[in-house]
Amino acid sequence: MAKVQFIKAADVKPWLAELAKEHRVFAPSYDGEALLFRPFDPAREIVLDRAATMPPKKTVFPQSEQLVDFTYSKDPEDLSRIKIDARETLPSGSTVVFGSRPCDVRGFTMFDRVYLTEKTTDIYYKARRDNTLFITLACASIENTCFCNWVDSDPCDSTGSDVLAIPVSGGYLLETVTDRGGKLLSSKLLVDGESKKEEAEKFCEEVAGALGAARDLSQAPEKLLAVFDNMEFWDEVSAKCLSCGACTYLCPSCYCFNITDETIGMKGKRLRSWDNCMSAQFTMEASGHNPRPTKAHRLKNRVGHKFSYYPAIHGGVTSCCGCGRCIKSCPAGIDIREIVLKAIDFKPAAVEE
Amino acid sequence: MTKNIYLPEMATIQEVIRETHNIMTFRVTLNNPEAMKNFSFKPGQVGQVSSFGTGEATFVINSPPTRMDYLQFSVMRAGEVTGKLHTLKAGDQIGVRAPLGNSFPYEDMKGKDIVFIGGGIGMAPLRTLLLFMLDNRADYGKITLLYGARSPVDMAYSYELPDWLGRDDLDTHLTIDAPYEGWQHRVGLIPNVLLDIAPSPENSVAVTCGPPIMIKFTLQALEKLGFKDEQIITTLEKRMKCGVGICGRCNIGTSYVCMDGPVFTRAQLRQLPNEL
Ligand SMILES: Cc1cc2nc3c(=O)[nH]c(=O)nc-3n(C[C@H](O)[C@H](O)[C@H](O)COP(=O)(O)OP(=O)(O)OC[C@H]3O[C@@H](n4cnc5c(N)ncnc54)[C@H](O)[C@@H]3O)c2cc1C
Ligand code: SF4
Ligand code: SF4
Ligand code: FES
Repeated sequence: MAKVQFIKAADVKPWLAELAKEHRVFAPSYDGEALLFRPFDPAREIVLDRAATMPPKKTVFPQSEQLVDFTYSKDPEDLSRIKIDARETLPSGSTVVFGSRPCDVRGFTMFDRVYLTEKTTDIYYKARRDNTLFITLACASIENTCFCNWVDSDPCDSTGSDVLAIPVSGGYLLETVTDRGGKLLSSKLLVDGESKKEEAEKFCEEVAGALGAARDLSQAPEKLLAVFDNMEFWDEVSAKCLSCGACTYLCPSCYCFNITDETIGMKGKRLRSWDNCMSAQFTMEASGHNPRPTKAHRLKNRVGHKFSYYPAIHGGVTSCCGCGRCIKSCPAGIDIREIVLKAIDFKPAAVEE
Repeated sequence: MTKNIYLPEMATIQEVIRETHNIMTFRVTLNNPEAMKNFSFKPGQVGQVSSFGTGEATFVINSPPTRMDYLQFSVMRAGEVTGKLHTLKAGDQIGVRAPLGNSFPYEDMKGKDIVFIGGGIGMAPLRTLLLFMLDNRADYGKITLLYGARSPVDMAYSYELPDWLGRDDLDTHLTIDAPYEGWQHRVGLIPNVLLDIAPSPENSVAVTCGPPIMIKFTLQALEKLGFKDEQIITTLEKRMKCGVGICGRCNIGTSYVCMDGPVFTRAQLRQLPNEL
């Protein structure tokens, strides 16, 4: 095992400043009320005592990203003809994200199973994913919306990360997770962390214990399908939903997108932008028919996709990382945990005709 | 290098055919001769066609893989992209991402009698398979075609109909919804005409595409005639964007129409959650 290192809390900023010479560095800091992953700026305070309002999803999957760039021009050989050149626009450069949470980073592993398969590779996603490194901070601030332990994770989970930082007295213990992560740990600001290992282990035990008991979701895929046609069930759980989409927008593992074109004069671009299944437009067909006509159908898809369809396709893995942002941010107070548990506990007898 | 699944091949419109007041057919070739030469697809597969600056929309390649002088798309005007495509003319440039999706199980259909039932623009996917089978005629048994539209002027591929009607290896029936001056063929809704023609389900496969309401009653008619769910094939028209199973738009439960479809047997559709 690679040796562990230690960094003093006061040295974090200088270290990030060193990393920023080679990489784009993002760290959580306030933008008004919102705690966001923002480009490293030595003048800004880095906030590590709570999870960010938005996950660092956009570092790998920008909210809006250019796929193709095209230009129109007159064909010199026949001026009545318009020529079109279309070129791909791949991202370049490397990024380091500091202070992501284990749940945030695990979200990308949900993307990976869809964007990087044997059959198809999304080269835009791959270009960013391959060049974005995560220095993840183990969670000291467990909230009542946190449930990462329900979905096979824990506050010290390093899955998908490159370095795991664990809070210890005076600073952070830094564990190498991947080789490329190890390369980030060559700074003179870091010292041997061996003596702090025990403290870090204790920390991880404690925070894991601070989470409530995990609920068993192994029945969820099947039970959610069992209530698929029970629209009474879905009408009830979605009654207060405003279809605002905040839940999917803030979700580290929601990966759906739309593709649209924009043109100005003779130039244009094809963009992909975050989209979500809570929107009525999402599935509207040309004939005017919409297979998911009500918010109940759409909420059913969100819960179903995460806790039933995705696990059915991807070896039982739930497409939810348990960060709880959808619960915390829902203006209608909808709690996805309650819906899943309700489906699991649902007795068909209760719907007697 | 890994292929960029979002970058369309540039293509040139060779010919535009105005089929009906709201359907136009585009015959296109890929600009890169190598790409055109190596282009291969199976009947039933679709393409994302771009008008750059407006966007992409999904259309079935309705020329058969046995006739590769051009790729043909028939476009019914429905909104932005289809509206823009309708303004294009021969020589104009478009983008094509194809082939996408699965295909008709034409191998498994060998040796069987085939019944095609198409309504309106739903004739497009059937045309691919029909011409493919006519080009491989010996592989298939009796082929019956029932093609219906609201009125004669709503019938796409009208210039091909005399040939289809004249062939003795194809049993063609045309129908329109209501009487129309000069119309020499059947009058009546597709499901009713189907019951009247009453093709035998014995060693047969029925392939049907069309508007949702027509499909609904055609499936009932086929059932009445004794066609089992495994003998009925149709296509779904879920909204698609990426076409490659990533953007998350086209799922019905665990099935992604862009990858697992658009072609399904009725038996397969029954396995899906009820969200058509
Ligand atoms: C597998 C498949 C094969 C198809 N084959 C053909 C064909 O051969 N010929 C043909 O004319 N049409 C076909 N369609 C339908 C065609 O894709 C839509 O009519 C077209 O995308 C509408 O685009 P638009 O920009 O003009 O409409 P928009 O302006 O985007 O919207 C108009 C309406 O169409 C809906 N819509 C938008 N995009 C789609 C979409 N991709 N699929 C369904 N509805 C959509 C919108 O929600 C809206 O209700 C097919 C669709 C699918 C999924
Ligand atoms: S929950 Fe909805 S928006 Fe999120 S990944 Fe699943 S289908 Fe896409
Ligand atoms: S955040 Fe709440 S109100 Fe908004 S779409 Fe999601 S479930 Fe509905
Ligand atoms: S169209 Fe994108 S997943 Fe099917």
